[in-house]
Amino acid sequence: MLSYAILIACAFICCALALNAWRLIIGPTTPDRIIAVDTMYINSIALIILLGLHQGSAIYYESALLIALLGFVSTSAFCKYLLRGDIIE
Amino acid sequence: MTVFLEVIVSVLLVFGSIVMLIGSIGLAKLPDYFTRLHAPTKASTLGVACILTASMIFFSIQQGHVSLKEVLISMFLLITAPVAAHMLAKAGLHYKVKMTDSTQNQHLAKKAYLHENPDDK
Amino acid sequence: MDKIRKFVWFPTPYHSILLWLVWQILHDFSRGHMVLGAVFAIIIPWIVAPLSEKEAVAKNPIKALMYTFRLLIDIAVSNYDVAKRVLQSNHTLKPAFIAVPLDIKEPVPLTIFTSSVSLTPGTVSVELSDDRKWLYVHVLHLEDEQQLISLIKARYEVPLKEIFGC
Repeated sequence: MLSYAILIACAFICCALALNAWRLIIGPTTPDRIIAVDTMYINSIALIILLGLHQGSAIYYESALLIALLGFVSTSAFCKYLLRGDIIE
Repeated sequence: MTVFLEVIVSVLLVFGSIVMLIGSIGLAKLPDYFTRLHAPTKASTLGVACILTASMIFFSIQQGHVSLKEVLISMFLLITAPVAAHMLAKAGLHYKVKMTDSTQNQHLAKKAYLHENPDDK
Repeated sequence: MDKIRKFVWFPTPYHSILLWLVWQILHDFSRGHMVLGAVFAIIIPWIVAPLSEKEAVAKNPIKALMYTFRLLIDIAVSNYDVAKRVLQSNHTLKPAFIAVPLDIKEPVPLTIFTSSVSLTPGTVSVELSDDRKWLYVHVLHLEDEQQLISLIKARYEVPLKEIFGC
């Protein structure tokens, strides 16, 4: 039963990633693309955790933690870039 | 692993992934930048928290002792998600993204852009 | 120039405990790491303490726990709310900006307040006015402006004022 649940969850999250990628490509403005990337990294954390559950090994936890840390830093860096770039203009 | 716990883990996994999918649908379909900001910040946090709780229960049973590592990621995301949303909203405001015409109180957005009081003329 | 600070063993006790606890969670409470974590929890605050400024401290820990618990419930409720709005047609949405008058001034309670607003039903905090008296909030679906403002103030600002005693 658990293996089916993991498969279903994987399918949902892959759909979510595809929707994010779509927003990343069409997204009319730059901030839209930043939200898309921000959501993508959270979805990828879930995907990595699911991979760890599927293989039954806890070592994927560290990579999920790293993605969480770096994702937040990169989002705020993007935002700061947009804010400052606008001020300098 | 007992059947009961297996059911709990499975339900948490499926529920979390559905919540994340709804967040991403919101990101893809809502009409303008500020409304798009709502769906992912809230939905992704709850969805990831559900999936991490499921993983925590699974590995606690598998390894025979309580493993709280996943709580760290959940807490971190819970703290950073609103901060990231706030910064994204500020960036959107400075970028002067277009709002849908149905948005009420659009004059307040201009005031917010200038960091003014809403009462100032 | 600042005066030379008097030496204290634990400049920031709460941070020391938090640091030790996080280190233990990362290393599954093994005996060697308990000692190593304790060493870090003592040394790192010594190095970092001169950088930090005096901040407001929660004076009422029980109320703070209650607040956290209520916030978690509100996050679940807000997800249901937003999910409902997302799955409906776009034409029924009534997005809006509102300005919420603020009573708190200190940085830490203000940060917690804006974060709570961002995490809860259909609202995202957008910007603070320069004099820190108004918070601009974007609402996904606005029915009644005055009611929402008073709800936000009663639900989050009043408990925070009690917790931090300001």
